[in-house]
Amino acid sequence: MRIGVLAVQGAFEEHEQMLRALGAECFEIRQRSDLSGRMDGLVLPGGESTVMGKLLRELGLFQPLWKKIESGLPVLATCAGLILLAERISGEEGSHLGTLPVTVKRNAYGRQLGSFRTEAEMKHIGTIPMHFIRAPYVEKVGSDVEVLAEVDGRIVAVRYKNQLALSFHPEVSGDTSVHRYFLRMCENARGDF
Amino acid sequence: MGNQTEKTRYELNKELAQMLKGGVIMDVTTPEQARIAQEAGACAVMALERIPADIRAAGGVSRMSDPAMIKGIQEAVSIPVMAKCRIGHFAEAQILEAIEIDYIDESEVLSPADDVYHIDKTQFKVPFVCGARDLGEALRRIEEGAAMIRTKGEPGTGDVIQAVRHMRQMNREIARIRSMREDELFDCVKELQVSYDLVKYVHENGRLPVVNFAAGGVATPADAALMMQLGAEGVFVGSGIFKSGDPQKRAAAIVKAVTNYKDAKLLAELSENLGEAMVGINEQEIALLMAERGK
Repeated sequence: MRIGVLAVQGAFEEHEQMLRALGAECFEIRQRSDLSGRMDGLVLPGGESTVMGKLLRELGLFQPLWKKIESGLPVLATCAGLILLAERISGEEGSHLGTLPVTVKRNAYGRQLGSFRTEAEMKHIGTIPMHFIRAPYVEKVGSDVEVLAEVDGRIVAVRYKNQLALSFHPEVSGDTSVHRYFLRMCENARGDF
Repeated sequence: MGNQTEKTRYELNKELAQMLKGGVIMDVTTPEQARIAQEAGACAVMALERIPADIRAAGGVSRMSDPAMIKGIQEAVSIPVMAKCRIGHFAEAQILEAIEIDYIDESEVLSPADDVYHIDKTQFKVPFVCGARDLGEALRRIEEGAAMIRTKGEPGTGDVIQAVRHMRQMNREIARIRSMREDELFDCVKELQVSYDLVKYVHENGRLPVVNFAAGGVATPADAALMMQLGAEGVFVGSGIFKSGDPQKRAAAIVKAVTNYKDAKLLAELSENLGEAMVGINEQEIALLMAERGK
């Protein structure tokens, strides 16, 4: 299993460590030439979505990644990654990749003082620790979007086709179950993206 | 969700710093500059009334910025906003926490308020970043509750030599502790004046227990790439951007240089036609060594 991790900014190393511990091979995506090899899955990590969105475009990554996601490449997106995938961003014009039919609200819990940790049930996985750091949540979902987890009535995890998107950060929680679920998605999707 | 335990709060604060990795944090003095920084790809901004080069030029006592000015910047951008308080000035820190700042920099750039004690940062819910010249300083700040470390460098000079020295010094000491026998760690605890647990962490993991950025003197994409190759996890750029000829272009170039810090070809492109860099001051010409503040 060969997983590409978007590494233009943010907590990408944490994802790599987790995936490697589960036996997957990882490579970092920092520019277009990094996309030449085989890729069975893609991780869009946490970080600042404004920075990542801008660098995706300026480093020539936007089109090729968009195409791969549209053609079914499995994606795990956490926090800023969720914002990159969302079709609409609440209160803002425009979006980034826009492949996930949801409306997402940025900094939905306020500033750093609003960051929190909790445990909640995630469908198909079970109860897991969830770390929310200046996190977004999903305000609205399109049809065919499966809601996987809610915390206090807010949607914090969704799946649409091969896109798995979370408000929180499994990569810093020490719990590998989300990454294991994602690798199973990649296993099942095996194709030429 | 305000009922997080102290330990959880500290972990969340360290994790916010993890989200900033691979990014550039830029000094800004107005909402307009903050917007330019965000547009250019800053992962956070540092709100302050005067950038270090101007603090240096103006002399006198420099203090925490006006909260109204900081709030203006908080409203202008969606990325995290940091602000500086004086070393040891916990009342300034309380004020910054009250306006819900995302990160407090207990900074040697401002005039120190206490020549013995740093702020007990464990008493705060908001995270702190502190400067360090060597491993001992870094670990002492972490012991006091800092959730992120940066090199002190020498702010407001546009001269990268001190940031390089501090980063190399930290790396050297980490490598030394990494290679120690376990029974040697106890003596190291006394030498560095920190707890055994911190020294043990460094021994086992070969790194600081928090994120470590470069700061103090970074002025060009090449400076940023140099610091990243020396092991920095991200970069603060203070005076280097808004003291230069074309802030927008330089800021964007430094952001890309941090992302692709090993790609010399791209760095060459990024370094082209950036206009005037900030006027630097060599370390021999400096009257005031800010890095000497707070040990």
